Amino acid sequence: MTTQEWKFTAKDIAEKPDLFLAGHRACAGCGPATVFRMIMKATRGPTIVTEATGCMEVVSSIYPYTSWAVPWLHTAFETSASNASGIEAALKIMKKKGRLNHEHVDVIAFAGDGGTYDIGIQALSGAVERGHDFLFVLYDNEAYMNTGIQRSGGTPHGAATTTSPAGKSIPGKLEYKKPIADIMVAHNMPYVATASPYYWKDLMTKVRKGLEVEGPAFLHVFAPCPRGWRSDPAKSMEYSKLAVESCVFPVWESVNGHCQLSIPSKLISLAPQKKRPVDEYLKGQGRFRHIFKPQNKKLLVDVQRMTDARWECLLRKCGETPKTA
Amino acid sequence: MTHHNKNWKEIAPAGVCSKSSIGFLTGDWKTYTPVRDPEKCTRCVLCVIFCPDGAIKWHPEKNDIEFDYNFCKGCGICANQCPTNAITMRLEQESK
Repeated sequence: MTTQEWKFTAKDIAEKPDLFLAGHRACAGCGPATVFRMIMKATRGPTIVTEATGCMEVVSSIYPYTSWAVPWLHTAFETSASNASGIEAALKIMKKKGRLNHEHVDVIAFAGDGGTYDIGIQALSGAVERGHDFLFVLYDNEAYMNTGIQRSGGTPHGAATTTSPAGKSIPGKLEYKKPIADIMVAHNMPYVATASPYYWKDLMTKVRKGLEVEGPAFLHVFAPCPRGWRSDPAKSMEYSKLAVESCVFPVWESVNGHCQLSIPSKLISLAPQKKRPVDEYLKGQGRFRHIFKPQNKKLLVDVQRMTDARWECLLRKCGETPKTA
Repeated sequence: MTHHNKNWKEIAPAGVCSKSSIGFLTGDWKTYTPVRDPEKCTRCVLCVIFCPDGAIKWHPEKNDIEFDYNFCKGCGICANQCPTNAITMRLEQESK
């Protein structure tokens, strides 16, 4: 089945049984849990999942319970990509020897932002360079939430975490978020995409494309964490919408190095008056509470400036002409 | 559970989770319970897609959705995302 043939209506997706089962012990309002359910609903057939240590590994596999209805393998923090390449190599040799009855078995590697940005990047880079056929999903909740909200390479500028607390010395994290998807594009990968769970159709299409492509695929998914962001659990999906609308997290895809904006971000590039200021996204998140204090006015300006600069850089990369509202 | 759970000393070095988490009910975590107004509901199934816990089921034969309160953690994403505001979050004793 190709992407075009596959049915993407909401009711078809709702009807499809869950492969990431209920009863997992994620917090109420967990963004990654929604992301995982959606991704597992978008799979095309037999799938093997491997996962690095992280929130979703812990909550889905507390002994003796497992939330996975597919073969699932837990691995160390840094090795989810190398594990996936091992699985893919084993499948290849089994197929060669005639021991595999399925036409194709998909391999998905999940890792959080810690397991991708910081700890897992060398394994990921190596697996991509070797050209293994797998989909790597980065669910980005923007800090090490599992161990108690420590900063990671994915934590945005100005966010307060337990290792970058906002106070008199520093106003939250001083550094900027690492552009991981751009790093993956620089690997000359066949498929790189960023997605947000609010645009579920877009996310599922990208998962399907990533699975169908020959060779490695990388998917960067935005995943709000109400616990670590100190936000309202009911607003997880709202923040994933606001992040796209304020261009903090634009959605785009790169097929064989050719970048293009996906529809939600494309609409903003065509009508720049729809672009929201970043404070609408930052408001309500406890980790950015200090930004709205009068002494941190400069920080808010800086966050807006950096967001705009990255957005314009992306527009140029996608061949769009930056317009001003 | 009919058989005794092995403790950590008895299991194989690479542990194998043997039970489906469907057997672990998380419904008692919640403070607020989603209550749906079937009149307002347009069956757009957005809540089914957005629920982090898979606690809302879509029944195509009945053309209706059903809440599984055994798993619902009461986060309120369904109520927040409902386009017609058909879902309200109520304290458990109020909803009864």
